[in-house]
Amino acid sequence: MPSAGPVGTAPLLSVQDLKVHFHIGGGLLTRRRAAVLKAVDGVTFDLRPGETLGLVGESGCGKSTLGRAVLRLLPTAAGRVVWLGQDLAQLSHEAMRQKRQQMQIVFQDPLAALNPRMTVGDIIAEPMKTFQPNLPAAEAKKRVQEMMAKVGLLPNQINRYPHEFSGGQCQRIGIARAMINSPQLIVCDEPVSALDVSIQAQIVNLLMDLQRDMGMALIFISHNLSVVRHISHRIMVLYLGRVAELADRDELYRNPRHPYTQALISAVPIPDPDVERNRRRVMLTGDLPSPLKPPSGCTFRTRCPKATPLCASEVPPLETIGRGHEVACHHWNTP
Amino acid sequence: MADVTVRDIPSPIAAKEVAGRSLWSDARRRFLQNHAAVVSLTILIIIAALSFGAPFLGLRDQDDVNYDMMPAAPPDFATGYFFGSDANGRDLFVRTLYGGQVSLTVGAVATLVSLLIGVAWGATAGFIGGRVDGAMMRIVDIFYSIPFIFFVILLTVVFGHDIILIYLAIGAVSWLDMARIVRGQTLSLKRKEFIEAAHASGVSTFNIVRRHIIPNCLGPVVIYVTLTVPTVILTESFLSFLGMGVQEPQSSWGTLISEGARSMEISPWGLLPGIVLALTLLCLNFVGDGMRDALDPKDR
Amino acid sequence: MAAIANADLPVLDVSGLETTFSTPEGEVKAVNGVSFQVRAGEAVGIVGESGSGKSQIFMSIMGLLASNGRARGSVKFKGTEILGQPPSKLNKIRGVRMSMIFQDPMTSLNPYLTVARQMTEVLVEHKGMSMAEARKASIALLDRVQIPEAAQRFDMYPHEFSGGMRQRVMIAMALLCQPELLIADEPTTALDVTVQAQILDLVAGLRRDFNMALTLITHDMGVIAGMCDRVMVMYGGRVVEAAPAGKLFHDPQHPYSAGLLRSMPRLDETMHDRLTTIAGQPPNLQRLPSGCAFRDRCDYRMEICATELPPLRGIAPERSKACHLQAL
Repeated sequence: MPSAGPVGTAPLLSVQDLKVHFHIGGGLLTRRRAAVLKAVDGVTFDLRPGETLGLVGESGCGKSTLGRAVLRLLPTAAGRVVWLGQDLAQLSHEAMRQKRQQMQIVFQDPLAALNPRMTVGDIIAEPMKTFQPNLPAAEAKKRVQEMMAKVGLLPNQINRYPHEFSGGQCQRIGIARAMINSPQLIVCDEPVSALDVSIQAQIVNLLMDLQRDMGMALIFISHNLSVVRHISHRIMVLYLGRVAELADRDELYRNPRHPYTQALISAVPIPDPDVERNRRRVMLTGDLPSPLKPPSGCTFRTRCPKATPLCASEVPPLETIGRGHEVACHHWNTP
Repeated sequence: MADVTVRDIPSPIAAKEVAGRSLWSDARRRFLQNHAAVVSLTILIIIAALSFGAPFLGLRDQDDVNYDMMPAAPPDFATGYFFGSDANGRDLFVRTLYGGQVSLTVGAVATLVSLLIGVAWGATAGFIGGRVDGAMMRIVDIFYSIPFIFFVILLTVVFGHDIILIYLAIGAVSWLDMARIVRGQTLSLKRKEFIEAAHASGVSTFNIVRRHIIPNCLGPVVIYVTLTVPTVILTESFLSFLGMGVQEPQSSWGTLISEGARSMEISPWGLLPGIVLALTLLCLNFVGDGMRDALDPKDR
Repeated sequence: MAAIANADLPVLDVSGLETTFSTPEGEVKAVNGVSFQVRAGEAVGIVGESGSGKSQIFMSIMGLLASNGRARGSVKFKGTEILGQPPSKLNKIRGVRMSMIFQDPMTSLNPYLTVARQMTEVLVEHKGMSMAEARKASIALLDRVQIPEAAQRFDMYPHEFSGGMRQRVMIAMALLCQPELLIADEPTTALDVTVQAQILDLVAGLRRDFNMALTLITHDMGVIAGMCDRVMVMYGGRVVEAAPAGKLFHDPQHPYSAGLLRSMPRLDETMHDRLTTIAGQPPNLQRLPSGCAFRDRCDYRMEICATELPPLRGIAPERSKACHLQAL
């Protein structure tokens, strides 16, 4: 089990009732009110140093938006993001820029995340040179090459360009860039989804190794439940911008309480014909509702096998039902 | 593709560095494989070298009047009058070379202005967006709406005939298209992940524009420049043809064509400068096409 | 129902298929000598990663190759040779007796035509139905693929349907003429996992009802496990192992198959600290290594692997592998 900071330590990151809204339509001259897309609609969680939080959910759940909002790459409509005790919304543009040494991001598309006109060495060095502009060139180069070796790239490739590398290698470059300033948090936005299966395992192992060596916290965003299970200490399941369930890793897979989590887990195909053909699946009905017009009360009720009239009238609160286990469902306790 | 891993090499850091193959070198290779473009580029270089090197070639001066060659005498290789002489007995070949200086300088001025001002303007407007973008592009629109010929006539009336005015006027308008093009490129680049990555790494706006946006716009920029130079040269020639550009005894291809046209029936060789102009424009177009094909990323 | 031709003939019989693409940088050998059969009513899974050639096999079979691609070899549909045939002949089989569905539904759906128009067109053209009959049959099929309120939605445009629904419309269109073979190229890769479960369930049901053969192309072994009777594993443009599903998953005989299965984390398993990986990268199809394409990544490589291409040889009834290793 990957190790995390002890329970008593103060959280690195504290997200409180975060909301991210996008305004669709409307214009400079029209008076028509724009439609509001509530991509993230009140999410609360804490993250401890060295911990990995897996963020899972399907399209439209807001997981990528949440990851970016935490890093303040997107404006937030409401709520707080508290980093090392400081509310990030209170910071000036320049102060926030300084904080970016401590929090980084790795993207889904490995090649698109790299400037095609820059060498690999320059790409990895850029965050370092931004904050230490007077670093001597030889020292900078040494650090870049050390980081390259650490992520499994040959240091003598330092003058090559991104298009000369494979997808998996490009992702390693992206990870090296994220790590060069020794950040305390890295948001990984679907980092392995665009890679072949045999390469995914390599990158997941790499992230786990780096976490063990450098001790940073990770927010690992993915729609792939099997991969998330490996790397996470805790997992948060999102649906249409709200938290459905949040639990320790083993607890979530052993004892999922939210009908959506149960459906999600049962939908993942198992590579074993005997198991796969004899499974009893929790099947959802219908399609995802439009995020512009979410259902009243519990947004999951239109597809939920357990839905009752209560679900339509009241938004289920996120309640703690066990140690570290939170669920937002009126019927979490009914079979 | 590098497919050897770290564990195969005993001391990774000590291994010799491999040179990278940048996108520019790929483009250069493709350009050099395009024969029409390479030949055209060579011809252009020769014309430019002859034009700007004319004073050093030991030829006659352009305003050297030779009464034996008056009025227009046909080309005669024996006497060294390769293009013959004009109505005033001056060596047309030499005049053509000196005229080339003016035309090529106009091309260079337009290129510089559009690169320095147009690229920076467009990239900044596109990247910052919002009201700043709106204001900057409205300024571009205002400049666009100035009727060019009237503008030049106005300048000529106020300041008198001077080739510098032509340079200024052309400079004032050649950055406009470039600004629009670069702004469009910037808008589509802005959404790319590597820009977001730079932002997330704490890179300042100025450095994002300088290091990430502008180098990735340069493809269309280069293509556009090579295709506008012919237009600009033609515009200058036209203005000089109308009498608004260079003054005697200086010449530009436009004035030479103007003179030649007047006495076309008696001395058709007077149109030879026009052929040189046409050749230059043709070569520029081939080079422009070659650049576009070279920079086209379709085989990636 | 579909024409009852000689019931013993395999629906698809591919022999020595080779597909190459001419690019400015040289020839890319996407498919390197692939042979297999699909019998009536059977579900065959084709699994491989990017560059394995799995999609290009079927693009060649359906005559959908890009203009710089060329396919050689033999492909017989119920005894009739179809590789290299002109579109006039191919169109009698393509879309009628043999259909294909893709990862992106918008590959098959014309955004400018209503669904009604696109579906009835097929029936009127290929089955000689009247418009009224065609509409009725189409709406019935849309119902069958679980499009709610099919009759009302029938005259809508594709963009008015959600992603999962568009996939169902594409499936319905592929089934209009009750084909004997459905080729599904990564049909659920772009879908959410809960929608994927619904779609796969649907396809399995339709297969039973229509008694259709199915070739399912995917990189997801879990999907294969649930849907397929037989599996072919591809690497570097070649088949490296073929076996019944149960046998492949429990007793893989090729190092690549074994490695692939081991590197896939399973939700129902106890976990290990690290995921098992396959070292290295997928091969560069322009410069395939000599001998076995997998050798650089193989834990069991021997000297012969670099010099001799291992042929696909039978090792048991219904099982074959392309590997010099005697047994794994």
